[in-house]
Amino acid sequence: MIKSCFIPSVQKLWGLILFCTALNLGGTEDLFAVDSKSPIDGGTLIFGRGGDSVNLDPAAVTDGESLNVTDNIFDNLVTTKSGTTDIIPALATKWDISADGLTYTFYLRKDAKFHDGTDVNADAVIFSFMRQKDPAHKAYKFSGPYVYFKALGLDKLIKGITKTDDYTVKFQLTRPEAPFLSCLSMQSFAIVSPTAVMKYQKKFGRNPVGSGPFVFKKWEKNQKIVLARNSKYWEGAPHLKTLIFRSIPDNSTRLIEMMAQKIHVMDNPNPDDISTLKEKLGGKVNFAKQAGFNVGYLAMNNDKKPFNNVLVRKAIAHAINKEGIIKAVYAGYAEVAKNPMPPTLWGHNDAVPGYEYNPKKAKELLKKAGYPEGFTTTLWAMPVPRPYMPDGRKVAEAIQGDLAKIGVKVKIVSYEWGTYLDKTEQGEHDMALMGWTGDIGDPDNFLYVLLDKDNTVKPAQNISFYKSQKLHDVLIAAKAESNQDKRIELYEKAQSIIYNDVPMVPLAHSITVVPTLKRVQNFQLDPTGRRRFSKVWLAK
Amino acid sequence: MFLNVVVKRLLIAVPTLLALTIILFLMVKAIPGDPAQLLLGDKATPESLQQVREELGLNKPIAVQYGIYLYNLVVNFDMGNSISSQEPVISLIGDKFPATIELSVMAILFAMLVGVPIGLIAASRPGSFVDFTSMSTAVFGVSMPVFWLGLILMWIFGLALGWLPISGRLGIDYYYEPTTGFLLFDSLFIEQDIEMFRDALAHLILPAITLGTIPMAFLARITRASMLEVLQQDFIRTAKAKGVTFWKIYLVHSFKNASIPITTILGLQFGTLLAGAIITETIFSWPGMGNWILSSVNARDIPALEGGVIAVAAAFVLINLVVDVLYRLIDPRIRLS
Repeated sequence: MIKSCFIPSVQKLWGLILFCTALNLGGTEDLFAVDSKSPIDGGTLIFGRGGDSVNLDPAAVTDGESLNVTDNIFDNLVTTKSGTTDIIPALATKWDISADGLTYTFYLRKDAKFHDGTDVNADAVIFSFMRQKDPAHKAYKFSGPYVYFKALGLDKLIKGITKTDDYTVKFQLTRPEAPFLSCLSMQSFAIVSPTAVMKYQKKFGRNPVGSGPFVFKKWEKNQKIVLARNSKYWEGAPHLKTLIFRSIPDNSTRLIEMMAQKIHVMDNPNPDDISTLKEKLGGKVNFAKQAGFNVGYLAMNNDKKPFNNVLVRKAIAHAINKEGIIKAVYAGYAEVAKNPMPPTLWGHNDAVPGYEYNPKKAKELLKKAGYPEGFTTTLWAMPVPRPYMPDGRKVAEAIQGDLAKIGVKVKIVSYEWGTYLDKTEQGEHDMALMGWTGDIGDPDNFLYVLLDKDNTVKPAQNISFYKSQKLHDVLIAAKAESNQDKRIELYEKAQSIIYNDVPMVPLAHSITVVPTLKRVQNFQLDPTGRRRFSKVWLAK
Repeated sequence: MFLNVVVKRLLIAVPTLLALTIILFLMVKAIPGDPAQLLLGDKATPESLQQVREELGLNKPIAVQYGIYLYNLVVNFDMGNSISSQEPVISLIGDKFPATIELSVMAILFAMLVGVPIGLIAASRPGSFVDFTSMSTAVFGVSMPVFWLGLILMWIFGLALGWLPISGRLGIDYYYEPTTGFLLFDSLFIEQDIEMFRDALAHLILPAITLGTIPMAFLARITRASMLEVLQQDFIRTAKAKGVTFWKIYLVHSFKNASIPITTILGLQFGTLLAGAIITETIFSWPGMGNWILSSVNARDIPALEGGVIAVAAAFVLINLVVDVLYRLIDPRIRLS
C-alpha cells in the first residue's frame, strides 16, 4: 500500500520537475526574445518562392521573381522608405529640381562601390540609363527589351543626361513630370557596373554586379540563387551572412517545406496554407501583412448606353456588395476600395465616403435614370488570376447576383487574356473587370493611367472611357507641380471628382500575407511588393 | 550487319520525328495567348509588342515559320533562343536533360527491382492470397494520382519522420557546378565528395519512388501475366516431366521466355516516365526537362517548349531502338529488320 502510493508520487515529482524545466525554458526564451532586440549578425536565410528568376539584369525583366533578387544586389539613385512609398536618398544623397521642373540634378555619395571594386559615379549612372534609352549605345544590344523603361515613357521623357563632375549628374526632361522621382526608385532603373556589363555582355543577367547590400554568388537554375553579405555596403553591412532564394514551384511542397522549417519565409501562400500554418505551427510563425499596392475594379464603358448616365453608374455602385465579394473570392485577404488608388499611397482621399451596399437606393436611382425595370447588359470576366482579382469568374458571378436584385440582367463574357486586353482596349465591352498594380509610389500612376481622358485613345488604358476635362486639368496640374503638399491637395480633389462621376467601381485592394518563422526579425513587406533583406536578421 | 540494322532503324526514326515536329508546331500555334504579350507582361506598350512579334517572326505565315525552324534545326542544329531566359534552347536542353535521365533511371530501377519480383511471386501461386495482395498493390499503384502520392511520401518521410529531404536535388549547403550534369556521377568522380553524393542520393529517393510507382505496377502485372502464359507451354511440361525442379523451371526456363514482353513494357514505360516527370519534377522542385517544359507552357515560351518536346520525343525513339536491340540479345531468334 505504501509502496503503491510512493511510486505515483515519484512520477508526479518527475512530472513536476519536467514541468518546471519546461516553464523555465520558456522563461529563458522569453527573456532572450526581449534581450534580442539588438540584431545578431550572421546566419543564412532561406526564402522559399514559387519560381526561379528569369534574368538578374533588372533592366531586362518585369517579373517579381527576378526583381526581388536584383533589389538586394543593386541600388538606385533614390529608393523608398521601408514599408512606405516615400522617396528617400540612396546612391544620390540629395537632388535639386529646377523651377521649370525640367532639370533634375543628383549629387552622388562618394563612398559607394560596385561589388567588382569599381566606383559608383556619374559615368555609371549615365551608362545605366543610356543603355536602356539609346539604340546606338554600346551596351543597348546586350539586354532588353527594357519593358518598364518604355512602359513608363522614360524613353520619351528623358531628353539627355550629362555629368557636371564625377559625382554630379543632370537629367534633362522633355516636360515637367513630378512622378519622375518615384520612377527612379523602381528596380529596373538600378545603377549597374559598366565594367561588368561590358565584360559579361549578354551574360550580365547571369553575373549581375551592383552596389547593393548583397553580392551575387551562385545561381543553380530552378533550384537556388545564393547571395552573400556585402561587408563594404555604404549603408553598413547587412546582418545576414547568406541569403538564399529557393525556387519551389508547387504550393503544397512549399507549405511542407515551411512546416518542416526548412525555409524561413514562404512567399505567395494560398489562403488555405495560411490557416494550415496557423493551426499546425502556431507560435512558431509570424505573418507579415501588407495592403496590396493595387486595385481591382469594375470598368463601366462610359461611351455606351446606359453607362453614359451617371445615375445608372451610381446605381451599379450601390448595388454591389463589395464585402461579400471579398469574403467569398479573396478569402478575406482584401480591403474594400472606395478610391481607384490604395490607401497605402500618399494622397489617398480618406474623406471620400464611398458607395455603400444599398440595393434599395440603387433601385431608386435606376428608376430616376429611366430604367425602372432595369436593363440587360454584358459583364466581362478576367480569365487570369491576379492578386487584385484572384478569380475573375467568381467576382463576375457575385456581381451578376447583386445586379439581378435591382433588375439588371447580366450576361458574363470571357476571352483568352491577350484577346481580352485587346478588346477592352478597343472599348468593345459594356462592363469589364480589370485591375492595376502600381509601378511607382505616385498617385499619377493610378489616376492618370486609369482615368485620364488622354488614355481613352484606343488602344486605351482608361477602359471606362471616362473623358472629364475637369479631372484632366487637375491631373496635369499635379504632374507639373513639384511641391508635395500641393500635389496631395490636387490628388485629393481628383478623387472627389472621380467619386461624384463614378466612371468605375473600385472593388478591392488585396492584402499580401507572407508567413515567416519567428526567428526572422525585422522582415517588412513593402507596398510595391519588394522583398528587401538588408535589415533582416535571425534570432538564435 | 548488326550495325547496318541499327543505322536503318535510326533512318526510320527521321520521318517519325519530322511528323512530330509538324504536329507539334501546329499544336503550339493553337495554344491561346500571344507570346509577345506574355513575354512583355500586362504593361507592354503596343509598339514594343509589335517589335517583339517581328523579332520572333510571329507575323509570318505558319508554313514559313515552320520552314525557318526546320532549316535552323537541321542545318545549324539551332532551336532558337528561349524567350524568357534568352539562352539557346539547345544548351538549355543540355542543362536539364541529365537531371531527368538520372531521375528516370532511378525510377525504372525501382520499378524493376520491386515490380518484377512482385509479379514473380504472384505468378508462382496464382489465385492465392499472396497473388491477390500483390496484384491489389499493383492496381493501387496504377490508379494513384502521381501528385498525391508525391505529397503523401513527402509528408510522411520528409515532414513527419524527417528521414529524407522534402524537395530539391541537393541540400542547401551544397552548390553544384555541373560537369556532366549527372549529379551522382559528378559528386562521386569529379568532386569526389562522398557526403555530397549521399545527399544527392537521398534527394533522389522520394521522387524516384513517386515516378516509378506506375511503371512498377505495370511491370508487376505484365510479369505475372507472361509467367502464367509461359508456364502453360509444352516445353515447361517437358522440363517438368524430365524432373527439373520447380524453382529452376520457374526462374530459368520460364522467366527467360517471359522477359521479352517485360522488356517491351519496360521500354515503353521508360518513355512514359519522361512524360510523368512533368508532374513529379514540379512537385519535387526537380530541375529537369519536365519542370522546364511545364514552366515553358505557362510562360508560352514557344522555342523552349518545342525544343523540350522534340528532345523528349527523340529520347523516346532512341529508347525504343535500344529495346529492339535488347530483344535480339535476349532472344537471337528475333530478327532486327
